[in-house]
Amino acid sequence: MSIHPTEKVRSDEGHAAPVSESSPVAAPVLSLRGAAVRVGGRTLWSGVDLTVATGEFTAVLGPNGVGKSTLVKVLLGLLPAAAGEVRVLGGAPGAHNGAVGYLPQRRSFDACVRIRGVDVVRLGLDGDQWGIPVPGLGRAKRRAARERVAEVVELVGASGYAHRPIGQCSGGEQQRLLIAQALIRRPQILLLDEPLDSLDLPNQSAIAALLGRICHQEGVSVVMVAHDVNPILHHLDRVVYIAEGGALAGTPAEVITSETLTRLYRTPVEVLRTSGGRLVVVGQPEAPALHSDRHAGHGTGGGHAAGL
Amino acid sequence: MQLASDAALPVFSWNLLNDFQDMWSYLSMVNAFRAGAIVSVVCAVVGWFMVLRRQTFAGHTLSVAAFPGASLATLAGFSLSLGYFGFCVAAALVVAALGRKGRESGAEESAVTGTVQAFALACGYLFISLYKGLLEGPTAMLFGDFLGITTGQVVILAVVGAAVFAVLAVIGRPLLFASVDPQVAAGRGVPVRLLSTLFLVLLGAATAEASQITGTLLVFALMVIPAATAQQLTARPALSLTLSVLLGLAACWAGLIAAYYQPYPLGFFVTAFAFAGYVLAHLPRLGREVLGRVRTPIATGGVA
Repeated sequence: MSIHPTEKVRSDEGHAAPVSESSPVAAPVLSLRGAAVRVGGRTLWSGVDLTVATGEFTAVLGPNGVGKSTLVKVLLGLLPAAAGEVRVLGGAPGAHNGAVGYLPQRRSFDACVRIRGVDVVRLGLDGDQWGIPVPGLGRAKRRAARERVAEVVELVGASGYAHRPIGQCSGGEQQRLLIAQALIRRPQILLLDEPLDSLDLPNQSAIAALLGRICHQEGVSVVMVAHDVNPILHHLDRVVYIAEGGALAGTPAEVITSETLTRLYRTPVEVLRTSGGRLVVVGQPEAPALHSDRHAGHGTGGGHAAGL
Repeated sequence: MQLASDAALPVFSWNLLNDFQDMWSYLSMVNAFRAGAIVSVVCAVVGWFMVLRRQTFAGHTLSVAAFPGASLATLAGFSLSLGYFGFCVAAALVVAALGRKGRESGAEESAVTGTVQAFALACGYLFISLYKGLLEGPTAMLFGDFLGITTGQVVILAVVGAAVFAVLAVIGRPLLFASVDPQVAAGRGVPVRLLSTLFLVLLGAATAEASQITGTLLVFALMVIPAATAQQLTARPALSLTLSVLLGLAACWAGLIAAYYQPYPLGFFVTAFAFAGYVLAHLPRLGREVLGRVRTPIATGGVA
């Protein structure tokens, strides 16, 4: 288990070269084998098998309260796995947290927070360093930091409002800035907990598209907890469905079928294919039919689901 | 509280050089200006973080703890400085120890803070009533007094202020991170809880300093108003901090000058000058909002 392949990706990133084709199969970025977790004496899930390669977009789906966020905590090393093996970047969870970007469950900044978006992004770079920079010293380092902030803000498309107080940005704008903050140290893995929560539909699909782009162009493996699969479905490489006790992982084509989802949710779920070839999940507890219909009508990239 | 009886009031000449020569010919005034400068700079910086962290209620409680501290010092006859700093820092530790449930539980924290505040005020009242000979004491403790400041007190203020700055210089950046974005900061290994406790102690030290100038009830004149004004004027952290210091210093010294030439209390002048700045800083925004309301139909049309 070496991290060299991903090192290469990181150096490629400067040239903005698309690396989606060169995703190595060799060393998985994340691997779970028969993993289980217990919280307060209760087994939340068990038997989770998952392998995520460089530059893959994985969604963790399932009903509320089954332990999706707990999976993220296990990957961060904040909670131990009760059984099985969990490896992150070739080591124990938490051992390589410097190369893991983490976006906690939706936190929004109050309108009265008078700190610019770029400052929040910058804190992601060196906010955990003690002491203050000596004036006059380390000018090159400071310039490099400023350039990195500008670069990552540009990457998420937030240049237009990054210099405004973050409290005055909309929910979608704040989410983009927070993604920039999580990306600023060039992580190899980006863990996001419900990043689309409380965003409106256009913003949900815009953020999903941004994450897909980060994944496939920058070679960052994205693992995202979500409860509505539709906005992200056509960007996904891999899906983990967690339901009570059990879990199912695989490609969307394997997992997202009417039979599997109905069994996992214990309620009738239908997977429909639109005329554009895209999949739409209907009848999921958290995704009312109306919601799915609107999103299906809204989408434009019909070709994405060709591989499903 | 005022410098002299109204018959002998000095007259402001608009020749600032002469005025300062006049004022600084009294050692007590020199000490007042020195103490004011130290206190306003320390309070502006600590207050900036306090406003950002929205811990103004905690700040107020710690400043109220200065009241029993000062009255107990008077009653028991030990050093006033010890009373101020001891009680404020102790109150900070109590608030930190009782409210250690993380920042999400804002309601719980404010309940704890309120409890401590009520008890502190009650203790202050007890000490005052035990000390029968104290006549003007409570007013000076609650609303400030600047003529009694000794050179020794100034030295203590400077030493504590320097210590506060030294700690802030070390923890400043992680503290900013933990204040703006506690969850991600914790994920990055920033000790958010430790910083929170440490900051409360700094806050206690700063409020103890401010209490000695503006009195315990008016510490916000130096702790909140300059910082809130600066944060209204700019969202750049470094510029905002600098502005906060300058505004606090200006309000404090202008208040001292006014209180020297007018027979009215210092606390009022400092607060009034700071408040005027705050209102001025908000005028452009209020103006924009009024204009925006008039133009609303056009604006939304443009966005859509």
